[in-house]
Amino acid sequence: MVCSVSICAGEIFELKAELNSDKKEKKKEAVKKVIASMTVGKDVSALFPDVVNCMQTDNLELKKLVYLYLMNYAKSQPDMAIMAVNTFVKDCEDANPLIRALAVRTMGCIRVDKITEYLCEPLRKCLKDEDPYVRKTAAVCVAKLHDINAQLVEDQGFLDTLKDLISDSNPMVVANAVAALSEIAESHPNSNLLDLNPQSINKLLTALNECTEWGQIFILDCLANYTPRDDRESQSICERVTPRLSHANSAVVLSAVKVLMKFMEMLPKDLDYYSTLLKKLAPPLVTLLSAEPELQYVALRNINLIVQKRPEILKHEMKVFFVKYNDPIYVKLEKLDIMIRLASQANIAQVLAELKEYATEVDVDFVRKAVRAIGRCAIKVEQSAERCVSTLLDLIQTKVNYVVQEAIVVIKDIFRKYPNKYESVIATLCENLDSLDEPEARAAMIWIVGEYAERIDNADELLESFLEGFHDESTQVQLQLLTAIVKLFLKKPTETQELVQQVLSLATQDSDNPDLRDRGYIYWRLLSTDPVAAKEVVLAEKPLISEETDLIEPTLLEELICHIGTLASVYHKPPSAFVEGSRGVMHKRLPARTGNVKPEPLSLSPQLGGDIGGSPAMGAGFGAAPAVMPASLNAPVGGGLGDLFDLGGVGMPMGAYIPPKIVWLPAMKAKGLEISGTFARRAGVIQMELILTNKAMSVMTDFAIQFNRNSFGLAPAGPLQVLTPLGPNQTIEVSLPLSTVGPVMKMDPLNNLQVAVKNNIDVFYFSCQYPISMLFVEDGKMERQVFLATWKDIPNDNESQFQIKDCHLNSDAASSKLQGSNIFTIAKRTVEGQDMLYMSIKLSNGIWVLAELRVQAGNSNYTISLKCRAPEVSQCVFQCYEAVLKN
Amino acid sequence: MSASAIFILDLKGKVLISRNYMGNMDMNEVDHFMPIMMRMEEDADSSPLVTHGSAHFLWIKHRNLYLVAMTKKNANAALVYSFLYKMVEVFKEYFKELEEESIRDNFVTVYELMDEVMDFGFPQTTDSKILQEYITQQGHKLDVGAPRPPATVTNAVSWRSEGIKYRKNEVFMDVIESVNLLVSATGSVLRSEIVGSIKLKVVLSGMPELRLGLNDKVLFEITGREKSKTVELEDVKFHQCVRLSRFENDRTISFIPPDGESELMSYRLNTTVKPLIWIESVIEKFSHSRVEIKVKARSQFKSRSTANNVAIMVPVPSDADSPKFKTSTGSCKYLPEKSVVQWNIKSFPGGKEYMMRAHFGLPSVESTELEGRRPITVNFEIPYFTVSGIQVRYLKIIEKSGYEALPWVRYITQSGGETHTPFGPAVNPAITSLLKLGQEGFE
Repeated sequence: MVCSVSICAGEIFELKAELNSDKKEKKKEAVKKVIASMTVGKDVSALFPDVVNCMQTDNLELKKLVYLYLMNYAKSQPDMAIMAVNTFVKDCEDANPLIRALAVRTMGCIRVDKITEYLCEPLRKCLKDEDPYVRKTAAVCVAKLHDINAQLVEDQGFLDTLKDLISDSNPMVVANAVAALSEIAESHPNSNLLDLNPQSINKLLTALNECTEWGQIFILDCLANYTPRDDRESQSICERVTPRLSHANSAVVLSAVKVLMKFMEMLPKDLDYYSTLLKKLAPPLVTLLSAEPELQYVALRNINLIVQKRPEILKHEMKVFFVKYNDPIYVKLEKLDIMIRLASQANIAQVLAELKEYATEVDVDFVRKAVRAIGRCAIKVEQSAERCVSTLLDLIQTKVNYVVQEAIVVIKDIFRKYPNKYESVIATLCENLDSLDEPEARAAMIWIVGEYAERIDNADELLESFLEGFHDESTQVQLQLLTAIVKLFLKKPTETQELVQQVLSLATQDSDNPDLRDRGYIYWRLLSTDPVAAKEVVLAEKPLISEETDLIEPTLLEELICHIGTLASVYHKPPSAFVEGSRGVMHKRLPARTGNVKPEPLSLSPQLGGDIGGSPAMGAGFGAAPAVMPASLNAPVGGGLGDLFDLGGVGMPMGAYIPPKIVWLPAMKAKGLEISGTFARRAGVIQMELILTNKAMSVMTDFAIQFNRNSFGLAPAGPLQVLTPLGPNQTIEVSLPLSTVGPVMKMDPLNNLQVAVKNNIDVFYFSCQYPISMLFVEDGKMERQVFLATWKDIPNDNESQFQIKDCHLNSDAASSKLQGSNIFTIAKRTVEGQDMLYMSIKLSNGIWVLAELRVQAGNSNYTISLKCRAPEVSQCVFQCYEAVLKN
Repeated sequence: MSASAIFILDLKGKVLISRNYMGNMDMNEVDHFMPIMMRMEEDADSSPLVTHGSAHFLWIKHRNLYLVAMTKKNANAALVYSFLYKMVEVFKEYFKELEEESIRDNFVTVYELMDEVMDFGFPQTTDSKILQEYITQQGHKLDVGAPRPPATVTNAVSWRSEGIKYRKNEVFMDVIESVNLLVSATGSVLRSEIVGSIKLKVVLSGMPELRLGLNDKVLFEITGREKSKTVELEDVKFHQCVRLSRFENDRTISFIPPDGESELMSYRLNTTVKPLIWIESVIEKFSHSRVEIKVKARSQFKSRSTANNVAIMVPVPSDADSPKFKTSTGSCKYLPEKSVVQWNIKSFPGGKEYMMRAHFGLPSVESTELEGRRPITVNFEIPYFTVSGIQVRYLKIIEKSGYEALPWVRYITQSGGETHTPFGPAVNPAITSLLKLGQEGFE
């Protein structure tokens, strides 16, 4: 036992003498003693010069010990650490690869700026060493050096050497190079370091078969950052990754699951392979539950995400999540959560039987959660509600205090879900009134009494009994009690006048809680001015609750799926919420389903502005941005086009016609505010046409709107004109003129628009896609000569070709239809029965798009070639053509 | 990517040894680890992942040690935990047992190993057999004999060294199966699952190429031999030596085996199996006075097989005393430290039924502590028998020197005595708790 970390001078002196001894054995023993002191936390830095003197040795063990000492103390003695440089440099050229690697590995761990300069030359040599053991160590050393001095690494060209190592013949070198590059890329999210392309992906997939289990994880994690070009590439990667699901190491399995879950997103659902893949995922996930408990925990947290994203994978595997008596509590609680997620009409009987057993266990937390789970089952599976209620009543009969309280809390929710169905049990609940000592249970019981006051004969007595200790109750209970008594009064005004007076004065005069006071005043005024209105407000029909309240928000879920196996997936939080300095880092997203469309190369064009990765411009106007920003607010990782936000299918509404309004923000995600809308261009003005619906109970006011930076600088040209407050169940139509002079940031897809809407309740975020035709300006007709010159001038690489299928218009009809959307036909010629239409379009930001549309008589398939200096817009423009021509 | 630093702590939270891999965190952060653990323990809470500020600690416990990985990034948690377990394995191979003493006694080797198994947070070589080739415990080798990194470390075959030589070439295979059962309180089997593993002991020279043939249903379907008796493996996990893509393609299990002992594969299949040893029991607890236990065990396998070393563990209240036993066969032992009665039967042939009665006194003052209901567990081994019917059809061994090698196969069914469902509720209110026991599981 070491009680102090100080070391006496005598001891130091003695060690000094031994370190300087001539005898090798004595020297080594002395260094060992020094290391032993270091290990127990004594400060032996005073011996620095003496220990470093022992570095020049041919004894490997002694060398390792000195190196270890150096790693520990170099930082505190930077000047003296220089003394060691020579030996390091020499060791990097030793005949024994073990020593070379040891030297380069240790040097990288000495985080002293002065030393790093000397490290460059040896490192350069070691990166090209003939021995793979040295090369793999050097690869990691580049990441270490980068962490100390990033600029140096870039200037010295180490990053390129590191990239070359991805093609190394040795799998271990490849794996470490991938790991090092990923690590570096993580701190430089916008660098194009991991320049993944089909060739490099192929190399990685080959190395995957040959490297160690850890190397496989590095490679799989790296693959997960790649976005395949199309569904075929996606499938071929999946095919080569699936064998990893049979690996004995759980971490390899989880990383493989991550890649598959992500790439699966791109596969068409009707593909046979898609369903094969789904089936392949279940058994390995189940087997993860036989791993060590900590790994089981990670697996369960991830399964929780997977079940939310793709419930079909594990829907038949309910039983494997049944709790084992010797599971650690954290495993038990997670299993319970997943059981509820998987509960369905088919398996509810078994689930309930299990939950009932759990509710009689001894572990309090577990029992509580089990009782709650029974309530959640009732809400989730309607057919089981009755059985759940009777199970809960049985549990209440046990009179175990915390069981009763939990049961009452969940029964309240069941009443909310199935009104007028199970009120017969109220009497039983009332019997247990006295035993409730937890605020949540008391509040729930008071709510029940108030809500059903007309059926409870002695409701006034019951509520009065709570009133005695009003000021000792928690806020939750006080608020509930206030509302319940007002409800009671509105239902039985004659006998409860005194009671309501009492509670109102308690709430407004004797309380210093503003929430309570305000609610009290509101009730008071309502009751005194307009009892009818009071009735409408207080006794209004409540919206039904659903069991989906605990689901993870979809954009977050997508992001977490991209982080399977990591801490983020365990915490169910995006990395930006718990990793310092990652706020500006891009959020990962699942790739979009591409179908068979060729996606555009995603190079940035100067016309579109290039400040990807900047902090979101939005949110500032509304005060502090929420800690967890929806993924959509940040610049997305490159990917295909498509509809990530589930706004009703892939097809984007386009053209001069006004696309039908679709729901952009469902009420469930915005505390009752539902927003649907569309875009239109009317008389040269871009309009965002919105329908706001209030599905909540309270009045909404103070609406405001903001856009995130977007590809074409769209911004509201004025405030959102919602002048009157929006009452419950009210709907209002607003149209918002837009300008194109706002800040620019390239979005993916290009026509993605991220919107924040504020009201008196909160700020809500959603994103939508506008038809790019909205931006086609009226003066987009190019001169013929200019058209010809421009067409020639734009490099052929910028040309993209598309097919429009099943279009039955002749060329003239098409031309006039397109003109309606500011797509102007400049010339037309006919060659061998094929009409060629030449057209021009000008975007609001001055970008010209030139088009050649070929229409063959009797062929319903058009071919269109688009040329533009900013080729990334071609895809959107093409989609416009398609939408306009077909509508 | 994974750990910034790894610590080995004693039970009090004192750092025995540590290694700072990335140098990007304050090593003293670890001092917060144990206080957080204590707080959680007070709240009867536990989690393998604890946080302090921006530091995340991922920990496992082994004997009287905590192995803690610290990170501040979004580390791959699965990788960290499986790495920590791998570290335990490596240390055990080196020091027989991993505990406080062995860390203190071998700190130099521990440092060396920590340096080698992970670099800058990236796990490297964790195969202890290969590590032992260049990190030796004696470590006194001088300049001429200084070890070099074995080519194996970076080879595609990173688990077997070249140049291994034996006079007699043999392979021993153990096919070991266990059954996991989930039995409801009423005695019906809710779920049954067979978990099997194939263990190898390889005594072969050179770099042999092995191919293992099983009566795998999917394989037989591919090759069109559906009539034979086959086994449908639900999920298979392989040692890293097995070529996974080859298995994925044509279900061939081909590999270059590691030398010595290893687990080649494990598998899992869901089939309806009845419990091999059925247990019925009645436990009557007369509060303040006594507990009476009656247990009946019946073997439900064919009479030509025999279960060996059967041990039936029956839980008793922790404050029980003065045990008395009576058995129709075998012997009983009271294990107060585990609060169980262990009924041992050396040899239990198929189709037989045995009885055991136990009687315990209870103190007149009852403890207020609630006791969890623990299940009865059964341990046994049945040689020459697999529940699934899995068979090794062949094991082909090809080595370029062309030696003859003998494969040996042994089948065994085991039970680790695992169980899941708690017992039914108290039946008779007069008797404080009368427990009707279902059959419990096997592993």
